[in-house]
Amino acid sequence: MECSGNNHEGRRVMIDSIEKLADKLNLNPAAWQETSVEENELGWAPGHPIPEDPLRWGDSFPEGAKKTLQNTQMRRNLGYATTKIRTKRNTRVEEMPDWEELREAASNIKRNVAAHQVELLEQFEENVAARGGIVHWARDGAEANKIAYEIVASKGVDEVVKVKSMATQEINFNEYLGARGIQAWETDLAEMIVQLSDDMPSHIVVPAIHRNRAEVKAIFEARMGDAPEGMGNEPRELAMAARAHLRKKFLSAKVAISGANLGVADSGTLSVFESEGNGRMCLTLPDTLITVMGIEKIVPSYDDIEVFSQLLPRSATGERMNPYTSFWTGVTPDDGPQEFHLILLDNGRTNVLADPVGREALKCIRCGACMNICPVYQHVGGHAYNSVYPGPIGAILTPQLIGAFDHHDPAASLPFASSLCGACYDACPVKIDIPTILVHLRHRYTEANRGGIPSGWDIGMKASSKVMSSGELMDTAGKAMPAGNFVAGPDHKIGHIPLPVVKNWTFVRDVPAPPRQNFRSWWKEREAAGEPSAQAAPASSVGPATERTTSTEGQAQ
Amino acid sequence: MSNAAREEIFNRIRAAGHIDAPAIPRDYRVGSSTSRDEIVAEMEQALIDYTATVTHATPATLPEAIASALADKQTVVVPPGLPSEWLAAIAAGGRQVREDDPPLSKDVLDKTEAVVTGARAAVSLSGTIMLDGSPDQGRRAITLLPDCHVIVLHASSIYATVPEAVRLLGKHPERPTTWIAGPSATSDIELVRVDGVHGPRTLRVIIVDDAS
Repeated sequence: MECSGNNHEGRRVMIDSIEKLADKLNLNPAAWQETSVEENELGWAPGHPIPEDPLRWGDSFPEGAKKTLQNTQMRRNLGYATTKIRTKRNTRVEEMPDWEELREAASNIKRNVAAHQVELLEQFEENVAARGGIVHWARDGAEANKIAYEIVASKGVDEVVKVKSMATQEINFNEYLGARGIQAWETDLAEMIVQLSDDMPSHIVVPAIHRNRAEVKAIFEARMGDAPEGMGNEPRELAMAARAHLRKKFLSAKVAISGANLGVADSGTLSVFESEGNGRMCLTLPDTLITVMGIEKIVPSYDDIEVFSQLLPRSATGERMNPYTSFWTGVTPDDGPQEFHLILLDNGRTNVLADPVGREALKCIRCGACMNICPVYQHVGGHAYNSVYPGPIGAILTPQLIGAFDHHDPAASLPFASSLCGACYDACPVKIDIPTILVHLRHRYTEANRGGIPSGWDIGMKASSKVMSSGELMDTAGKAMPAGNFVAGPDHKIGHIPLPVVKNWTFVRDVPAPPRQNFRSWWKEREAAGEPSAQAAPASSVGPATERTTSTEGQAQ
Repeated sequence: MSNAAREEIFNRIRAAGHIDAPAIPRDYRVGSSTSRDEIVAEMEQALIDYTATVTHATPATLPEAIASALADKQTVVVPPGLPSEWLAAIAAGGRQVREDDPPLSKDVLDKTEAVVTGARAAVSLSGTIMLDGSPDQGRRAITLLPDCHVIVLHASSIYATVPEAVRLLGKHPERPTTWIAGPSATSDIELVRVDGVHGPRTLRVIIVDDAS
């Protein structure tokens, strides 16, 4: 095949521009190659390295999303899993005729917790202590880790078993203990997968939702140490390997660490909802139990369990009830751990409480229904949010917990990680109006970043406010419209405009051409001609738009 | 030191200012008008959905039902407060009965095949059985380490809805309480449910028709 010099040149320019585009989208083929070499050596897609701060991993949401979107395997795993869990949840919610009444009760119970937080904590502390529990208070993660470490160290052990817990995940508990020579073993199957692969969780209920069975098998074979010979990749075989692996640890562990799904103020009772029985093992067999609980996890009375125990399992895993739910109050002679420590953790929760709109996020019972239904989460995955709290709830909780509103803070980008479709609000069992809080936090972000060197947006808005507040200037600006129409060309669309601010929009979207004539000049002509009829309405370059506004049916609410 | 932390957290909470405490509407279902038979049938179906095995007995046929639930087991642990007729049925056929009094070691429990207990309450709506450590249920560890759990559940202790059972349990909130909804399970790998992970892998429920 012959190739003229001109063609050759054309092709080179084309390849250049494709490469530039790929760079812009962070889709560098060289980077792909690097990832796949690492993946081939490991046998699974490398996860997210463990960050210094579990609530702020370093990247902003757009940066994180660019990275995770390259992982097609993860997206396939996620799409499959979230679809399945959503279907199960819907079935179990539809069979409840009083679902809305339960949501309403739960929402208002939690609002009462916020209203009486101090009194309830005092009552709770008193009841736990009365039953032989030892209560500690931690202002932040470092303080909680230190308290727990000192208790563990005083027992002279070098390992502890752990129940899956978001509170300890949030404070890098395992890493803190690990750095001081104490190994904390995650015993929940998914948390174990995440821990063995040096990864971060990507979901608050199903932390290894981004992994498929083949990856889990590879992780177990490489890292578990005692994976059975010839283990297949059926979930049953993998679960049985985990059972055998952890059994010895459960029987020998002297100290266990847990979180809590709720703490009852009027009785001092704590609770863990789980499925595998690893929770029961940790809460029952060791001599010492240390529970780390966020201060917002309080409910006022024992009867409130009747509300949350109906909402949580159906929302979280789509089951009528999760297999095991444990309740304990302090210490019971001859039954379970004889030493019980409760660490009540703030770690930013009081920041959230201080915001009259944002504090609704404290109602969260960590079911994960919002992420399972979120179209954004389903595509970018949990790691894109760069926090242990991903998805819609993470987008409102993370920035508030750590006070991230400055535009230099990567976590400040989180409230923008949403299309505001509102599916999360409908799915939330405690009726957190996530879209409203997202908008509120965007407002807080904008307010927090006022002043200093004006951005392109500021200049643009200022300029347009000047033009729009003067009739004369508006008229002059209107005369520029035909130029826009000319630029648009025959397809009546304006493509990429490489100007500040404008380029962010036009990089991925076309702008419709402005009409050939503006309203003012049309009006003048019409007045001059003395024509009262509307048939001389200005021709719009985007075609007949008048019919569109008549129908309001089928609008998304 | 910890008092300083406590005070500071309380001060931060108080700094949030006054927060309204709305009334809590409790318009959800408490109890139901369905018949006892329907409640038992719903309970059975929910348990089967969780892959538990369900059999029925009358007070007279209960010993026989217990013996057949243990047909493939040789070693059985029992809490200290089981009725003597149950114990006789458990020991029948030369099965070794290990009473948890004084408390058995973890290793002995781990090497015992089955456990037989009663139950404090159950909820048919969610197929949940509640144990609260009463003498016929025993310590939490005995229902955790043996691989097969046989529960004798009296029909009269099954409630239609969750609130009824919670209000009963709330009379003794201090008791260590375990809610059981099927054998242990996980859905952590590709959301595929696998029954039997760390807790008992087999759950057998004998529903005793004692309702008048």
